Amino acid sequence: MTVLSRIAPQLIVLAALIALVSVFYPGFLSIDIQNGRPVGPVIDILKRSAPVALLAVGMTLVIATRGIDLSVGTIMAICGAAAAWALTQGLGAGAAIALALTAGLAAGLWNGVLVAVVGIQPFVATLILMTMGRGVAQLITEGRILTFTDPGFGWVGSGVALGLPVPVWIWLATAIAVAVIMRRTALGLLVEAVGINRRAAHLAGVNATVLLIAVYIASGFCAALAGIVVTADIRGADANNAGLWLELDAILAVVIGGNSLLGGRFSVAASVLGALIIQTISAGILLAGFASEYNLIIKAGLVLIILVLQSPRIASEWRLWRDSHRAERGRT
Amino acid sequence: MTRTLMTTVAALALCGGAAAAQTVGFSQIGSESGWRAAETTLTRQQAEERGYQLQFSDAQQRQENQIAAIRSFVAQGVDAILLAPVVATGWDSVLEEAAEAEIPVVLLDRRVDSDESLYLTAVGSDLVHEGEVAGQWLVDQVAGEECRIVELQGTTGSSPAIDRKTGFETAIAGHDNLEIVRSQTADFTRARGKEVMESFLQAEGGGADICALYAHNDDMAVGAIQAIKEAGLAPGSDILVVSIDAVPDIFQAIAAGEANATVELTPNMAGPAFDALEAFWAEGTMPEKFIQTESRLYTQADDPQGEYDRRKDLGY
Repeated sequence: MTVLSRIAPQLIVLAALIALVSVFYPGFLSIDIQNGRPVGPVIDILKRSAPVALLAVGMTLVIATRGIDLSVGTIMAICGAAAAWALTQGLGAGAAIALALTAGLAAGLWNGVLVAVVGIQPFVATLILMTMGRGVAQLITEGRILTFTDPGFGWVGSGVALGLPVPVWIWLATAIAVAVIMRRTALGLLVEAVGINRRAAHLAGVNATVLLIAVYIASGFCAALAGIVVTADIRGADANNAGLWLELDAILAVVIGGNSLLGGRFSVAASVLGALIIQTISAGILLAGFASEYNLIIKAGLVLIILVLQSPRIASEWRLWRDSHRAERGRT
Repeated sequence: MTRTLMTTVAALALCGGAAAAQTVGFSQIGSESGWRAAETTLTRQQAEERGYQLQFSDAQQRQENQIAAIRSFVAQGVDAILLAPVVATGWDSVLEEAAEAEIPVVLLDRRVDSDESLYLTAVGSDLVHEGEVAGQWLVDQVAGEECRIVELQGTTGSSPAIDRKTGFETAIAGHDNLEIVRSQTADFTRARGKEVMESFLQAEGGGADICALYAHNDDMAVGAIQAIKEAGLAPGSDILVVSIDAVPDIFQAIAAGEANATVELTPNMAGPAFDALEAFWAEGTMPEKFIQTESRLYTQADDPQGEYDRRKDLGY
């Protein structure tokens, strides 16, 4: 199966959504250049997808090992708080980013050890950090929104490079790097092997423990990038709200990307498209100008339609119905 | 000697009758927001200034912790209880226990649905009135000119979002030059405020068609101000910005000319509460059942930098 045919359903859904939003908001695809930066709904969607797309990249790997990482939203808050703390201490943008990434790696290591070495179920193991971590972030920020003015760090969240917002480059680079590492080496295959049957993979010589720890570290790293992006964007670390419930959006993106929660085969590209689909829905609702009471219902309705269309059972029923229909027509 | 002793006794009796050395229990919801942290700080300050012993209990968002705290205050025999209730229901029995022990209870910030006789008074702000003050400012500011307004709502269905929307709409009703053209929730957060404002700017001709922004809290306004700046417009002049809460960061924006006005939701609920308690202790005066705090409007003319300096260490 080529990459294109794997991600075809997600591309079709995205195209259909763009067409749907264009009905309500005709200027959806227009892009202007203002003050040397591209401006348009599509650019906004690419930029606003950054947190969920980054989380979805890490989450795809974790889910491929039949795991789940509920703590990514909280890791975002911790890393954002750590970065803002470093900036308010006058340590500079480089140190802030290094500290945030280190915090993300450490959080991932914590999850990985709990899952792979201690043997706690991923759902429970990452739930611990999800619950506890926001408290850690609040301790760092002392419960307030830590604001800073560092223009270098702010550039990561709202700057423009080579015609696109910086966050877009960050998630594109991360997704491409992970996809290439997974598919140009045997790593992707090994991750899938662990997800399908950890014991069998172990007996076949795969070091499942190290691999599991590694995917949770990768997830923590992606969450740290997402945390840096959102913190830089608003130039402040909001420990209470940064990344709140985004773990669920990330899981949804992975699922819309057609990846099974039972592990095994995965596609990073499809998950990232899933994130774009989610953001297109949110942006479309805002642009169309519906009352905010309808936001969640519309979002849920569209997600339901997308998932039903992707359901293997619906697909096989449809094929069955189509074939019998053809056969009937053939008889008459 | 006898005289000295008698004077001392008299003085002590006076002290007991007046406010000094009173013990007050304070059951706080938690520290989920900067505003609540500031409320705690100010309550401690007020108690210290008036020479009260403050027994502080942080309930960490759980009603059972608050009930346990009130029971322990009753057992200690405090002179009064301040309660910032986490939810409105389920307070009857514990308030009855306090009433039986003849300890006055004052509710802060939020209300309960128990019988009014079970508490002395409730101190709080009128959320609808806050919205009205913000709306009235805008009505006066534009002085009859056409103005298309975008609104950033709080969390859908929350009472501040509903009431602040209602109040603002009441204030601009009857002024046909003012119109809310877009209104969306941004969940009271900076990140969402920025994101939703970006889409408003997109949808309204790059922001050229927007004359004013009304945000249900300052944090959303701070996020939106960044979105306006990044769209190449000047917040505060191209687009007027009015919001509610008066947190320190909005005063920085006002001082920089990037926001125009904010309506204060004062975290000093304890001051009016202690005033009412002092009158009650001294003469048994029963206060009104609801003491409304002032919803003061701050603009660029009200020394925003000074207001920032006064607030920045309150724990916001």
